Amino acid sequence: MTTVQEHFDAIVVGAGPAGNAAAYTMAKAGLNVLQLERGEYPGSKNVQGAILYADALEKIIPDFREDAPLERHVIEQRVWMMDDTSHTGMHYRSEDFNEEKPNRYTIIRAQFDRWFSSKVREAGAIVLCETTVTELVKDTKGAVIGVLTDRQGGPLLADVVVLAEGVNGLIGQRAGLRDELKAGDVALAVKEMHFMPQEVVESRFNLSGDAGVVIEAMGTVTKGMTGTAFLYTNRESVSIGIGCMVGDLAKSGITPYALLDSFKQHPSIAPLIAGSEVKEYVGHLIPEGGYKAMPAIYGAGWVVAGDAAHLVNSVHREGSNLAMTSGRIAAETIVWLKRRREPCTAANLAEYRKRLEDSFVLKDMRKYQRIPALLHGNRQLLDLYPRMMSGIAQTWLRVDGKAKKAKEAEIFKTVRKQRGLAGLVADGLRFARAWR
Amino acid sequence: MSTLNTRIEEKLYQNRYVVDAGKPHIKVKEHDVPSEALKSLVTTCPSNCYSLNEQGKVEIVPDGCMECGTCRVVCAETGEVEWNYPRGGYGVLFKFG
Repeated sequence: MTTVQEHFDAIVVGAGPAGNAAAYTMAKAGLNVLQLERGEYPGSKNVQGAILYADALEKIIPDFREDAPLERHVIEQRVWMMDDTSHTGMHYRSEDFNEEKPNRYTIIRAQFDRWFSSKVREAGAIVLCETTVTELVKDTKGAVIGVLTDRQGGPLLADVVVLAEGVNGLIGQRAGLRDELKAGDVALAVKEMHFMPQEVVESRFNLSGDAGVVIEAMGTVTKGMTGTAFLYTNRESVSIGIGCMVGDLAKSGITPYALLDSFKQHPSIAPLIAGSEVKEYVGHLIPEGGYKAMPAIYGAGWVVAGDAAHLVNSVHREGSNLAMTSGRIAAETIVWLKRRREPCTAANLAEYRKRLEDSFVLKDMRKYQRIPALLHGNRQLLDLYPRMMSGIAQTWLRVDGKAKKAKEAEIFKTVRKQRGLAGLVADGLRFARAWR
Repeated sequence: MSTLNTRIEEKLYQNRYVVDAGKPHIKVKEHDVPSEALKSLVTTCPSNCYSLNEQGKVEIVPDGCMECGTCRVVCAETGEVEWNYPRGGYGVLFKFG
């Protein structure tokens, strides 16, 4: 390999949304960039639901719609509170989402990441796959100056290392840049790809053209654990998955695949995937600890972006846009320093953190910083309430000769028994406080 | 339990792997009695890589591993699981992800 002796302006570890955004932005600005990816091809180790947020990608590749592999643009969002036999739903569907430049798309990550990586190469970065970074190389003062890989040859050196290594960020962790993840801060999500003819997807979800539906679900489907489930429509497949906090799962004795199978068998879900062919089963961790679980994101000769920096908005189920945006902003900071001929010291790279604070990324992370603890300490929000909603709806909707006044009384009695008025008010207050 | 195991094997059968024969990327440290955390992996691992043997010890066969990292996180405090990424190009290969 001729590049071994070369000194790069930047080395990017990982070829997911954060790494690709960073590598692309720096290469496009003329920097000499090396990107390392352990998978056989970019995307081969990457997992997501997956929804692509156009805004974050437009700020990097404005005309991405011309050739990016997109599945469906989302015109309908369903939020379902589920008990064992029912769901109470809030649906929003709008013709306005059938716009020239749609806002959200479903994607298939292995295909999308390959496309994104081809853009990184076109921009001039060297992308080296099948290369696992084993450790960071530091100088005598502790500044990061490069990486070691499992390939033959010496260290690969650079002015700065962008760690976009994903949720399992072993490299940064083992170099002492951040702590090991805690079981209470990460969720394990499992997902299957169910294939069916395009017409079947469209008729089941009342769709035409490239329009799509996404369902986010919570309730008894997670068996008392903190977690959520989802179903996203792709062109000729449906992505269906469920995730729970790892600490909850370990205590429960329930297997993730039994949890997924049980979700698939739910009467509200089963007809949507009936007759489909499963072509893949995947599992992945999601950093759900929020702002308070965030590690340091910069230091002497290094920055961290994306899942490795714990940048996931667990309330809005956003992550890939935070990854792309943090990768882009990290890269822009590095380019800015280069142009000013300033070194990538910790003091100078603090600018990355500052810029991220000014963006939606850290503003949103801060906004919801109390939510993870709230859910952790109040699992009834995800279990009792869906049951209660279902009970109320049934009492109200069944026409059975009972007077409406009696039905109202029955509903109030049930609510009082299941949670109590004080409990309701307390939950409401706790939620409002955590949300603001 | 056997029906569940059958199902997970069917699920994993759809996945692509390049197994690095003789070089498992995850190892369980030698132990007499597994901790509760280690034992929990028998159910928590999404690829069903962990099992309890006749001596009551936890074993791992990481061939179906999806490299999620759950076992490493669960056993971070006890240190019973030694976790590394597979060599570049080896391990799970997601077709869709």
